[in-house]
Amino acid sequence: MAAVLFAFGLQAQQKSDLPNVTLKDLNGKDVNVSSLFANNKRGATQNGPVVLTFWATWCGPCIKEHNALDEVYADWQNETGVKIYAVSIDDSRTTAKVKPFVEGKGWDFEVLLDVNGDLKRAMNVNNPPHTFLFDGKGKMVYQHTGYWDGAEDELYEEILKLK
Amino acid sequence: MRKHILLTLALALTFGFKASAQSFLENSQVNGSFQTDAQYYMLDNGIGIDNLYGKQLGLNGFGKVGYSNGNFSAGIRFEAFLPELNGFRQELNGVGLANFYATYDNGFVGVTVGDIYDQFGNGLVFRTYEEWSLGMDNALRGVRTIVRPIQGVTLKGVYGRQRYFWAPYNEREFATDDYRGIVRGVDGEWDLNQSIPAMNESEFKMTLGGSFVSKKQYDQSLFYYIPENVGAAAGRVNMSYGRFAFSTEYAYKINDPSAINNFIYKEGQALMSSLSYSQKGLGVVLQVKRTDNMSFKSQYTALQNDLDINFIPPINYTHTHSLPSMYTYSTQPNGEMAAQFQVNYTIPKGTVLGGKYGTKLSLNMSQVNDIVRDSIMDHGQMVINKKGTLGYASDFFAVSDHRFFRDINFEIDKKISKDWHVTAQYINLYYDIETIEGHAGAPPVQANIGFLDVTYKINKRQSLRFELQGLWEREVKKGYVYDESEKKDYQKRGDWAFGLLEYSITPHWSISIADKWNYGNPVPEFRDHYFTGTVTYIHEATRIMLSGGRQSEGVVCVGGVCRTVPASSGVSLTVSTSF
Repeated sequence: MAAVLFAFGLQAQQKSDLPNVTLKDLNGKDVNVSSLFANNKRGATQNGPVVLTFWATWCGPCIKEHNALDEVYADWQNETGVKIYAVSIDDSRTTAKVKPFVEGKGWDFEVLLDVNGDLKRAMNVNNPPHTFLFDGKGKMVYQHTGYWDGAEDELYEEILKLK
Repeated sequence: MRKHILLTLALALTFGFKASAQSFLENSQVNGSFQTDAQYYMLDNGIGIDNLYGKQLGLNGFGKVGYSNGNFSAGIRFEAFLPELNGFRQELNGVGLANFYATYDNGFVGVTVGDIYDQFGNGLVFRTYEEWSLGMDNALRGVRTIVRPIQGVTLKGVYGRQRYFWAPYNEREFATDDYRGIVRGVDGEWDLNQSIPAMNESEFKMTLGGSFVSKKQYDQSLFYYIPENVGAAAGRVNMSYGRFAFSTEYAYKINDPSAINNFIYKEGQALMSSLSYSQKGLGVVLQVKRTDNMSFKSQYTALQNDLDINFIPPINYTHTHSLPSMYTYSTQPNGEMAAQFQVNYTIPKGTVLGGKYGTKLSLNMSQVNDIVRDSIMDHGQMVINKKGTLGYASDFFAVSDHRFFRDINFEIDKKISKDWHVTAQYINLYYDIETIEGHAGAPPVQANIGFLDVTYKINKRQSLRFELQGLWEREVKKGYVYDESEKKDYQKRGDWAFGLLEYSITPHWSISIADKWNYGNPVPEFRDHYFTGTVTYIHEATRIMLSGGRQSEGVVCVGGVCRTVPASSGVSLTVSTSF
């Protein structure tokens, strides 16, 4: 009985600020962003924080941001369990280039393709780069637009607050 | 025991009901964003602005609010152009509710009513989208239905009428100013790996797709018989095996005489393919494209980018720095042969050339030529591209000697130490300004361009960045005496230098000054400085940017679609936020 109650209680709590939008990963597989926190069968609470960054191959500051994030990503993962998803808003003129671009740059984080701009519109991203931070339950706790050197440190401070 | 079951059931029902009522309230989300771009214009004789034509202030603004709750979402967008900023279309002038939609999607079926943004494949036969910075919006107001009958299969249908600035959407068949057609289309996509269990974990991946789109327009022409139903179809294949990926799409359109193609009755064709190889640290991609008479608009008299039903992606490199992006290619709607090759390589960390942080290199080559057009027999005469005829014959694989564009560039991106980061690029450019910008008689731009972008991190919060850029044009007749009528072709031509200094305190502040100097213009009076100062404040998702100074005449391009921006002088303010 406790389990039943717990299940319902949990259901009411499983509120994710991520919209119900399906994107593709670099291997062409569908990924529903609202399920990014439901991967864990033991309940969403066990997931670590998630960073979602909107970018494009033609966006200079975005590439700087990703190069900077890539450098610290392994350390961040070890320390906080954070997962970074880079959402490319490249349209059909550059989608074919995204995978070779990401691999060529050697970035380690997951990349999702928002070819039709569905997630961009749903999350009200006006201009890339635009970075969101979600806690392990899918609640959005921080966002930032633009990138200057050192902005990743600010983001990390926000991630540490979630610990 | 029975009592227990009943109690459990009662509790479950109560909590279940409560949970769903709660989740209805709790899961509902409201989000939105706002942006205002305003500019105060000033007279500036130095760059030839001696009349503002009554426009002292321009303002473009939008606000949108969205609501979502589980499978349901809806939104509205309000726009204001009071009046529109210089360089935007005058037809935008006005205020109103520009866009609204409501969607229900449960994973199996999805229905959207209102303004629809979607694309089929690469967009060769259908793509509706909105690009605020260009004042471009070709949304389809109508209905879209998506059905996913089995895992990996997506079927879509769209039906509606496109946005044309502020024109009303109701049918006005015989009105002279607005007789937009109706657009309807279907698309199917089949991901073999998701729907065939044996292929679920296969290294070989394949997706097939096909679409058909047609427009119903009204023949208002006194001279030509305009087809009232024009259909276009496309088929596509995406596959990959391990590190290799290949994708191709072919599109065909029946005869569609229009103001863009000079009222010829030729069919249209487009083919786009790409092949890529990727492994950690190395990415290579080759793309080729051929388009022939593929402009597809929901009104045959529409010009520019108005009422585009499809999208022909340009496949050249998109530059982001000031001088390299001065001459950006835009797709030629009546036909082009294009190829692009790009390599991204990272020299690993810990090697001699890679250093402590690795070194990122990239090479990009792209070229676009015209297609070959041969004359055809029409009523006993050899004609080419004559109105009312089949136009021309074109060999599918032939490349014309007429080159529109070529860009060969090499970039190196290197973090030198903890505090220093350098990006440098060299670009060799050929740009047929006569064709692309319509400057009749102007010689093509052949230029070497280079930039250096250096960042120095002062401490954890503060950094200093500077850019040095140069553009050196070959073959512009220096010192030549121009007569007045010829002069305008040389605006912005010749050599340029650009310098920028930016100081930023993350995460909130940035101050920058920049000067763009057309020091080598063949016409001495055009050798102007374009000095600008900018202050930016960012707080989370809010950005406020205030800048003042001169803006040179140029072309702003996003996604291969461009708008020209006239030279201006004044103060501009951008406020953008989202929640």
